Amino acid sequence: MEGLRVAEADLVVYVHPSKSNQVRRAVLRQLSSLLFTHDEIFEGVVLAYEVNIPSKRAKVISGLIPYIGVKIKANLLLFSPKPSMLLGGKVVKLGKESIHVVVLGFSSAAIMLEDIREEFKYKIKHGEVVFASSSHKRHVIKAGSMIRFQVKSLDEEILHISGSLLPSNTGCIQWLSKHGTEDGSYADRSLKTSDIQREMQEEGPLNTTTGDKSPNKTHKHKSKKRTRGDR
Amino acid sequence: MYNQLILLRVSKSSHRVIYLIRLKGVCTQSSAPGTLITLLPSRLLVVAAASSSAPRRVRFACGIHDHRRGAERYAPARSLPEQELRYPTMGVELQGYDFPVGVVEDGYLSDSEAFASVINVINGVRMAPSLVPQSNKEQYDYLVTVVNPGKRIGQDDEALMATALKALSRAVFRLDAVYHGSLLNNIFMSSIWDYGLDARNALLELITTLATVPDKFLDNCLYTLLHNLRPPSRLKAPFNQSKRWLMRKEEVRREVYLALNCINTLVPLAPARLKILIEKCMPRFTEDKYVLMTYVEGILGLERNEIGKFLGSTVLARVVDLLIDLDVNIPWEDILQEEPNKGIFAIELGECNEDDEYTTIPNMDTLGLVKNTFADKLDGLMVVACEHLKSCSESGHLLEVFERLSEIFQRAMLKLHKSKFTQFLMFYACSLDPDTCGLKFAIMLTDIFISKDEDPDSRMKAIAYLASYLARAKFIPSSLVASILKRLVDWCFEYCQLQDSWVNKISPQADRVFYSGCQAVMYILCFRLRSICDVPQLKQLLFHLPVDSILHHPVLDPLKVCLPLIVQEFLRQAQTARLFKKPMAHSYDNSLESEFSKAFGGIQRLDMFFPFDPYLLKESDRFMRPNFEFWDMVKTTYSDYDSSEGEDSEGEDELKDLGPSNFPKDNDDEDDLDLKIDKMSITPNPSFLHQIATNFDQSSQMPARIRPSQSPPSPRHGFLYTKKEERLDDQKI
Repeated sequence: MEGLRVAEADLVVYVHPSKSNQVRRAVLRQLSSLLFTHDEIFEGVVLAYEVNIPSKRAKVISGLIPYIGVKIKANLLLFSPKPSMLLGGKVVKLGKESIHVVVLGFSSAAIMLEDIREEFKYKIKHGEVVFASSSHKRHVIKAGSMIRFQVKSLDEEILHISGSLLPSNTGCIQWLSKHGTEDGSYADRSLKTSDIQREMQEEGPLNTTTGDKSPNKTHKHKSKKRTRGDR
Repeated sequence: MYNQLILLRVSKSSHRVIYLIRLKGVCTQSSAPGTLITLLPSRLLVVAAASSSAPRRVRFACGIHDHRRGAERYAPARSLPEQELRYPTMGVELQGYDFPVGVVEDGYLSDSEAFASVINVINGVRMAPSLVPQSNKEQYDYLVTVVNPGKRIGQDDEALMATALKALSRAVFRLDAVYHGSLLNNIFMSSIWDYGLDARNALLELITTLATVPDKFLDNCLYTLLHNLRPPSRLKAPFNQSKRWLMRKEEVRREVYLALNCINTLVPLAPARLKILIEKCMPRFTEDKYVLMTYVEGILGLERNEIGKFLGSTVLARVVDLLIDLDVNIPWEDILQEEPNKGIFAIELGECNEDDEYTTIPNMDTLGLVKNTFADKLDGLMVVACEHLKSCSESGHLLEVFERLSEIFQRAMLKLHKSKFTQFLMFYACSLDPDTCGLKFAIMLTDIFISKDEDPDSRMKAIAYLASYLARAKFIPSSLVASILKRLVDWCFEYCQLQDSWVNKISPQADRVFYSGCQAVMYILCFRLRSICDVPQLKQLLFHLPVDSILHHPVLDPLKVCLPLIVQEFLRQAQTARLFKKPMAHSYDNSLESEFSKAFGGIQRLDMFFPFDPYLLKESDRFMRPNFEFWDMVKTTYSDYDSSEGEDSEGEDELKDLGPSNFPKDNDDEDDLDLKIDKMSITPNPSFLHQIATNFDQSSQMPARIRPSQSPPSPRHGFLYTKKEERLDDQKI
């Protein structure tokens, strides 16, 4: 699954003096407030963090309230979907005009009818609503199935993704993993180049002088299930 | 052009009714798709296109279906021969008709053409308002009124509305916040109470689907759903108790919860927004009682629901805030209104015997609340809240709710306000599960008192709560009381040890935490000494505690500083129980308070703070009464109640000897002494208090049903009262 990466960050957390006897708890609480919200600095949504407070010394900021600036090192799991990425999610609702998907359990995505390729038709099979492919009999999308779709656009505030099932390597993941190699390889190559380009851009060192919130190093999160062998 | 319709009803086992409609005598090629055929003024019928594939299929959309009325309604059956009315099984193509009819999907009769027509209307206005052609605008306005008629409508109009809403559900992604503002406005303003089942379902479906449109309508949808937890404004008082209405209320509530759960499935982060909206949508305490009660009931039901676990303590916190708002607005004058010279014992329990204390209702007219709207509302809401706690307890979730409630209690009740009745919510919660919750509450309060991190005021309030709680809660076992007393006494003892020996002046202000601790110990023992002494191990434990050395500490001298009434009563009981090694003479000071007690109480008069004094609200009283210990029912060490010879506990013999008759007492004003001493819930007469109250924070006093005997001017007490007045005058700023 694309879009997930682990980043190491040097952060400074400002702790209110009333919490000075429970600093670690205050730091964790502060980081928790970042969860599941899109952050511009990290360029993604923080899903999980792991905190390490290296030093017992912290600087007290001078001002009206003497906040304590605690330096920490954190590993952050970031989710940053970009247009034309491929994401996988679980289908929660099938409507005549749209498919509603939930990605990673927290982000909702909707795929409009016009973004679903022609082969999928809305049908009712055995009392259940499905989108069935007319060209491949077994390729069926129903409620609860995992599908792969391409990101069309992203709304950052509520983390809503507009998706598309137009590319041929999208659809039900289970079916694609068995049959995906036919069309997959062609699409693969195009994706592969863009992948490589992206990687080259990101791997340059990102050093900032202020050291406030700076992701120092990123390494791609390699997903286990690989049907297209992307890297 | 009217056409004859035959409606054939086919039902499946899954409770879905699918209507097959055959349009007799219409040649479909001549009717353009999308033609609206009006059968009767309010029915919307759209001719579907005939598909080119064989066999030729004609599909129709009909604007109404009514499960309750049945199929016959639509078929002008009288004019048709009977064999044409058939009930074939699902899925079988009809034989022998000119136009085989396709099955309409989903039980919704909105087909793609009905949908298409609605789409056309919507697209027609998707431009700058000045550019919209008139016909488009008219159709759009018509759609707007269909969607929310705003008043009670007939069945047909409702069905029409349901269809339109269903069509809109499919078109949500084409709706624009700006161009379709009035339509959306009408949708969000709908009150779902007014409509029947289908329309409600359609509306909720639409709202749920609207919520999934990225970032545009989620807040509005959630707001609409929350708003629908309020009863409709047109509901007048006599009707709101009718059975039909109550059923409708339950249905609507369930549907709203379902809709919220659906939104939660589709948009997992919705609860975060819901939390914010709940805080915003909470009604103000000035609103009507019934609205408040219904809304709070609805929102507490939401907390019990699945989605509740995502909401955390938001709901409870807001409800408690509302309760507190009402609470602090009840003026003290309205509370203490009883007859000044009426018998004191009678007031507390209302002339009931020990046996049937639960059955006799106290004489509420003479005491307690004057008809006060805030008190009334608070009463109703306390009933709702207690019912919620009860159902949580029955479903096994009491502990989680209790945890949240204690956190809220610490923040809202302990540290900020001194409420009159809201803290009884905690009392009731503890009574539902004494072993866990009751224990936790007591331990929490003790920890706050003993901890060095808390500020003195919080500690004093905590100990006041603890003392009142342990004294008044029937469900707390004596063993727990004894163990907490041990902790308190140990703390006081340590405090005494740390005193500088060269200090020989009492400074109540500086040692106020200590004095409040001592007073608490004495107060608890006034209520509980007897029951502790009845158990030999506990009696041993108690008698080994250094109570003596604390209370008779030469420098600190809590007996002088704490409230004289409490000291009085405590000494009397302690003497009887032989708690102290040597009996001591103590001047019987009959006054309620002393200079010293005022000094340690401080501006908020924490020396006279007894939060769990008898509860005064009528309707919710039934929750508290079974577990509440009234002073009259307390067995004191000197009381006569246990005069039977066959008592097993050994300590009884001693106590019997030291009956009340052995006590030196003035027989002239014996009544007075009884009245004064047995007054363990202490609140002076407000009129006398107001003279102080104007100088201090008025809401610091606790109510009590019991009038302390010296409050009103009366010839018997004139002497004391005058004395007090003098002191008052001294203190007046």
